[in-house]
Amino acid sequence: MHPTDFSLRGAIEALNEGLISSVELTRAHLDGIEKLNPRLNAYITVMAEQALAQARASDARRAEGVAGPLEGVPLAIKDLFCTAGTLTTAGSRILGNFVPPYESTVSANLLRDGAVFLGKVNLDEFAMGSSNTTSAFGPVENPWSRANDPDTRLVPGGSSGGSAAAVAARLALGATATDTGGSIRQPAAFCGIAGIKPTYGRCSRWGVVAFASSLDQAGPVARTVEDCAILLKSMAGFDPKDSTSADVPVPDFAAACARGVKGLRIGVPKEYRLEGMPAEIGALWEQGLQWLRDQGAETVEISLPHTKYALPTYYIVAPAEASSNLARYDGVRFGLREAAKDSDLKDLYERTRAAGFGPEVKRRIMIGTYVLSAGYYDAYYLKAQKIRALIKRDFDDAFRTVDAIVTPATPSAAFGMDEKQDDPVTMYLNDVFTVTANLAGLPGLAVPAGLDRQGLPLGLQVIGRAFDEETVFAVGAAIETAADFRAVPTLRAGV
Amino acid sequence: MSLDTATVRRIASLARIRLEEEEVGRMQAELNGILGWIEQLQAVPTDGVEPMAGGGAVSLRMRDDLVTDGGIPEKILANAPDRQGGEGGEYFGVPKVVE
Amino acid sequence: MSYTLEGRTGPWEIVVGLEVHAQVTSNAKLFSGAATAFGAAPNTQVSFIDAGFPGMLPVINRECVAQAVRTGLGLKAQINLWSRFDRKNYFYADLPQGYQISQYAHPIVGEGAIEIELADGSTKTVGITRLHLEQDAGKSLHDQHPTKSYIDLNRSGVALMEIVSEPDMRSPEEAGAYLTKLRQILRYLGTCDGNMDEGSMRADVNVSVRKAGEGYRTRCEVKNVNSIRFVMQAVEAEARRQIEIWEEGGTVEQETRLFDTARGVTRSMRSKEDAHDYRYFPDPDLPPLVLEQNWVDQLKASLPELPDERRARYVAMGLSPYDAHVLTLEKETAAYFETVAKGRDAKIAANWVMGDLFAAINRTRTSIAEPPVKAEYLGVLLDLMKDGTLSGKLAKEVFEAMVETGRSPGAIVEERGLRQVTDTGAIERIVAQVLEANADKVAEYKSGKEKLFGFFVGQTMKAMQGKGNPALVNEAVKKLLG
Ligand SMILES: [Mg+2]
Ligand SMILES: [Zn+2]
Repeated sequence: MHPTDFSLRGAIEALNEGLISSVELTRAHLDGIEKLNPRLNAYITVMAEQALAQARASDARRAEGVAGPLEGVPLAIKDLFCTAGTLTTAGSRILGNFVPPYESTVSANLLRDGAVFLGKVNLDEFAMGSSNTTSAFGPVENPWSRANDPDTRLVPGGSSGGSAAAVAARLALGATATDTGGSIRQPAAFCGIAGIKPTYGRCSRWGVVAFASSLDQAGPVARTVEDCAILLKSMAGFDPKDSTSADVPVPDFAAACARGVKGLRIGVPKEYRLEGMPAEIGALWEQGLQWLRDQGAETVEISLPHTKYALPTYYIVAPAEASSNLARYDGVRFGLREAAKDSDLKDLYERTRAAGFGPEVKRRIMIGTYVLSAGYYDAYYLKAQKIRALIKRDFDDAFRTVDAIVTPATPSAAFGMDEKQDDPVTMYLNDVFTVTANLAGLPGLAVPAGLDRQGLPLGLQVIGRAFDEETVFAVGAAIETAADFRAVPTLRAGV
Repeated sequence: MSLDTATVRRIASLARIRLEEEEVGRMQAELNGILGWIEQLQAVPTDGVEPMAGGGAVSLRMRDDLVTDGGIPEKILANAPDRQGGEGGEYFGVPKVVE
Repeated sequence: MSYTLEGRTGPWEIVVGLEVHAQVTSNAKLFSGAATAFGAAPNTQVSFIDAGFPGMLPVINRECVAQAVRTGLGLKAQINLWSRFDRKNYFYADLPQGYQISQYAHPIVGEGAIEIELADGSTKTVGITRLHLEQDAGKSLHDQHPTKSYIDLNRSGVALMEIVSEPDMRSPEEAGAYLTKLRQILRYLGTCDGNMDEGSMRADVNVSVRKAGEGYRTRCEVKNVNSIRFVMQAVEAEARRQIEIWEEGGTVEQETRLFDTARGVTRSMRSKEDAHDYRYFPDPDLPPLVLEQNWVDQLKASLPELPDERRARYVAMGLSPYDAHVLTLEKETAAYFETVAKGRDAKIAANWVMGDLFAAINRTRTSIAEPPVKAEYLGVLLDLMKDGTLSGKLAKEVFEAMVETGRSPGAIVEERGLRQVTDTGAIERIVAQVLEANADKVAEYKSGKEKLFGFFVGQTMKAMQGKGNPALVNEAVKKLLG
């Protein structure tokens, strides 16, 4: 077995048993990156030397008997997490030269637990996108391809496209990711791996480049549900530096994976049966529910009546917050500065931001600026906040009768890099199943559950009550076990 | 609500994004496409609904009044595109602002 | 008779409202742990939060909230247990985040009032509309380089209280009295040091004019005026400008203006006029600020005595309203006075503080905060007078010696032998010598020239170098003259 084929948990066991060292494990991943990254473009920055140094230090700690829970495990870090002394770009030209002098809380937590960082992975610019084609550092390619059309290059989903592609292609055992409207779950589903967006407030946002503050949440992607649980345990936790961080204990998520689903009531929202959705996705959904019933759960049809308004609501709230969060990129204190010889300050701002931001980011800043502007606030922003409250209320009502909700993760499998690019709204529909959990602040997990006719992975989503990731993991693990998903992408390390 | 080109220019100016003349039309079409789609929200009855601002906590946690930060001018200025004044540039420099 | 400005068309009334930005007294900033001290080297009191770095998040300082609540209580205002921070979005070189965190829709303090005192002894109530917490911006230096402005972020993120008044003032004097009183209250509370020359208090002055009996006409806002005198000048200058416009048939445009202190006129501030559209919305990084009534009650219970109450108490102690007013103007003066007056005659204490002490402060260019004579020492001096150790004249001498040396009255009395002589035997011996040396005058006295009594007393005092107890000397002269 090739070292890059370990699951994260398997690697920890192998390290514990001395079957492999962190240096070997890290080197195997770096070799894979060297070989595949020129094609996949999953990594923006490879931290080879630093990673090997971390691995050596980790092996030394293990030899001394002081091993953290992630001791020696090589991970990829989404380039939205600030890493002290290492370029952090947010996938944007405007931060193309930005080296933060500080470490995000989430990545610091991983380092505290012994993790090794292989590098910083690609993403849609400022996490705005569902295809990883908006990155200033080029698009990421999905390591999977269609059986009947192997030459068409597919998107990995976004915005955490680099995270998902790297993990699927065995270029990391796991990765950090962030999810504002589906940016963990959609790429995880497109790349045939697992990913969880935890409850809002579970992971600190300190040191994570902000997109939409009230929606952004960090979470892990990995090849198994349990691996996600292990990573989340390290990433999560109360952080006094984030006023929205929740001061609640972090349970043993990995233990919850083995709980089973006997006696659980699983909600099946009727509004998620979309017109025009591929039949395979509907069939997979039904199959997933059957698996859960087979393991002792009860499935119940529920109604989340405001579901259809979630996406347009999101496209008011997220751009509004983003237009304000991204005002700090002005060419004065860090990042790109663009000016003409006779630029005054306003002209400097305008040139810097025109040159520094890509088209999708500009579009969202424009929308956000407009919906907050004088005379439109009530009609757009306030209205969206009220509908957001109704969406949350739908979930509150549903969770009075069910323990978790199961839906498809995405309305389609991964699409081609040249498809769906013309019309922003068509692209936005990718997040139709995932965005509700962000608006309501709830945990959502994507699990690979099957393949479509062309051999592309499809995922199911489990949504849970706030701070009840344990039930979400239990349901996800039950689906994973039943699905017995063993397919692998064509592009991967170790072959 | 549909944006005219003057509004597109005004919004771009508010957002401090330089729009070249030839970009205005395309931006206008894209924004109107998105806004047209968003328009469906006006049909949702929301009378008496409390707006939901954030995802998380119901109230602010307060920290103690201690000096725990600052004193790192080198780090603050390390990424600056233009440093001015003093030995190694102890200020951020910008084009002169006239008041 | 109310204040008016005379125009060609007759008298005009002035309407003034003030927005005061008062820097909250705290160790650290509103949302970061960087220091707030004045005068530090550029960009040394800056955290990544204050500089708006990617991924940085605000966490509120409890003391800044407490200071805002204390101030609200001091202004007899409504304390809002639920308030919220909004973002005010605009681009400016010294605004690193591209927005100011402020409280727009839901301020922490609601309506209150301030009573102001005017020169003619009358008082007037000025309404407070609201008080909210917000971040200060950084500082731009425009005079360091021919083509560049320099940005120092030391002030960025410092907590400010914006205190907004009702448009209740009707003259430059009232505006000045309001600011004076507000600053006095803030200083008493210890919530703002009120040092306008260091920028810890700045006023935006809203001015309009009108004819008697009219509603409000268009107002203009004169920004960032940094002394009470300038505020009074700005009110008058701006009112005169507006009167001229109206009288010439023009219309006053609502705008923000600057006060040119050198020329004494206001001028338009076009750079900030650029399409004001601040796009306020609730800051998603900050959940609502929810206060416990209990905590507010505790703050209320620990509030110091405020100037109005203190003045009333001094009058009750027997001081004249004028003395009470003067002694309470600065809380340091009041504290000094209280130390001196404690357990002593308040009237005598007040006379010494307002007389000899104020004179000494003027003469030595010191201040009540660092007085030339310690309050405790002045108190002891009063005791020495009361128990007869010092005469009034000696006491003045000791006081001057204290100003010069800073030593205690006891030490000075001992060292210079200034102790008053109260030994009747010793006094009588001197009186006897004086009478003997002036036998002729004694004869004159005895023949009816009773005015000479003072002469004998004076001669005795002179012989005793002023140290004789005056009452005892009097008695002895009377006794020996027979
Ligand atoms: Mg103002
Ligand atoms: Zn203000």
